[in-house]
Amino acid sequence: MALSASALRDRAPRTAGTPLRPSGNLRRRMALSRALEAVATAAALFAVALLIDVAVTVITNGAPAISFAFLTQSANGLSGGGIANALLGTVVMVVFGAAIAIPVGILVGLFLTEVAGPRSRLAHLLEVVLDMLQGVPTVVVGIVVFGLIVVPQQKETGFAGAIALSIIMLPLIARASQQVLAVVPPSFRQAADALGVERWRTVIGVILPAAAGGILTGAILAVARAAGETAPLLLVDSLYHPNAIQLQPFGNGVPSVPMFIYTTYDLPSVSGITLAWGAALVLLTGILVANVGARLMLSRTRRRMGL
Amino acid sequence: MSSIGSIGSRLRDRAGAHSSLGDRVMYALCATGGLIAAAVIAEMIYQVVHGAGPAISRDGLAFVLHSRWNPFFNRFGGGQGLYGTLVSSAIALVLATPLGISIGLYLGVMASPRVRAVVGPLVEMLAAVPSVIVGFWGVIVLAPFVAHHVEPFLHGALGFIPIFGTPQTTGLSLFTAGLTLTLMVLPIIAALSRDLFLTVPRELTDGAAALGATRWEVIRGVVLPTTAAGVAAAVVLGLGRALGEAIAVLQVIGGGHGISRNLFLPSDALAPRIAQEFLSPEGQEIPALFYLALILLVIELVISVVARRIAGRFSVHRTVTT
Repeated sequence: MALSASALRDRAPRTAGTPLRPSGNLRRRMALSRALEAVATAAALFAVALLIDVAVTVITNGAPAISFAFLTQSANGLSGGGIANALLGTVVMVVFGAAIAIPVGILVGLFLTEVAGPRSRLAHLLEVVLDMLQGVPTVVVGIVVFGLIVVPQQKETGFAGAIALSIIMLPLIARASQQVLAVVPPSFRQAADALGVERWRTVIGVILPAAAGGILTGAILAVARAAGETAPLLLVDSLYHPNAIQLQPFGNGVPSVPMFIYTTYDLPSVSGITLAWGAALVLLTGILVANVGARLMLSRTRRRMGL
Repeated sequence: MSSIGSIGSRLRDRAGAHSSLGDRVMYALCATGGLIAAAVIAEMIYQVVHGAGPAISRDGLAFVLHSRWNPFFNRFGGGQGLYGTLVSSAIALVLATPLGISIGLYLGVMASPRVRAVVGPLVEMLAAVPSVIVGFWGVIVLAPFVAHHVEPFLHGALGFIPIFGTPQTTGLSLFTAGLTLTLMVLPIIAALSRDLFLTVPRELTDGAAALGATRWEVIRGVVLPTTAAGVAAAVVLGLGRALGEAIAVLQVIGGGHGISRNLFLPSDALAPRIAQEFLSPEGQEIPALFYLALILLVIELVISVVARRIAGRFSVHRTVTT
């Protein structure tokens, strides 16, 4: 590919009066190629511009709302207040959901890489299940948890929200763990095998520590995804006291940042829209910081594994 | 190397016959994890079918095509939602497929490693923006722009085609919903196709270049044909994302009723209707909403199987970053 016009030109005999230029058919082909390369470059720039536009919109509209009080006070109806209770609620539900999804996700990853061989029927079936789980729309996850937990309890609770978020996180964490566990160098296992170490000790002492950074990366990204989910919470955790801090998810509705944004931007008040943008700014900042941090950590893990 | 590995694993298998208690506990735990994942899918199917039971026994399959939704008269149908879902997703795919593959080509074939390391994550970060924020942006930024510039322009230039009918002043329409979904599907198709293009063996592309192919000819002759199946699977996964989106679509689609050929009118779709109506369900509405969820679930399960099928030898999955 690099062997294009410029390379040819450099090797052309200097004595020839005119520089060697592609002509006729070759010229047309190269012009077409350049034009389409420009289109592809423009497409990539467009995507980056979209991200920047979304970010700038959120920042310019949300920045006026940000203050110390906004982050430390609870919501106060239409008249202002802050998002402290929504932030704490989101943290409670996400931590609770992650506490379920991370161990189960790692176990699924271990099952796929350590227990079942890569060609096993069972592993193949489990991968299909993971694909399906990941494809299920989040609103369907919400309606399932509604039928499973909200209907029997006759109550919308933060617990139901946390379960819904854990179902969303599970396939993400399982896939991420599987991918990381699969690239742990085989020499690690062979060394442990050669020493006669039992499998479970190898897994706990060698394989999991080697993969920990990558698994943590996947977990952080999954948590960042879950923290921004609105649709399932709309179905299973939309009835809560909007102005109070609620840290106890069992039997109580728990407020959350996405629900705060969703319910506040609709309110017929100018200050409501500003509050919603402020909350969007806080949420987006948290998610993007988590993304950047997770990626940096992943590249460090890769280097340590010698990849 | 591989032979050593296979001997190692064979030894391990033999050891498995009388493995230690610790090993057996570990295997059991891991199998439990797998069972939990399978149980979640089974429970989902059960809950949705069970919840939709009354609606299924009342309306049967006719529900899917019936387009009225009137809680006061207990008349429910999924036809309109299905139409809105399919059309908005189709708009998103028509726009996001060429754009996403172009971005994938830029990142996978053309950009230098350093540029790729910066632009790639930025594109993926588009997928990390929560849908409620995308929808918010859609209402405040995209909808006015569409209402004042895009829709009048399309109506003026192509108004003789019925789908480009008279625009509304709000910009909340099926068309805007499609554009919003484009933004959400784009990073998926771009990132997955980039990963595929990066797997094309260097010898193949270099060989084509050595024969005098221009970069576009290398792409058209080598890169795209060798990865076509995987790219198709990536597009199908993007479609799955578009079909299931609730919140962002709910914010920009305008909540219109009835089926119209005009894309510039407010409409409704399956997932947003579930989210919307669940806030204050009336009468027999809940089983009907479960029925809508059942339609969505069936579509998505089929899509995940289809994507896997057409991907063939490629391993194309949405990852934690897409």
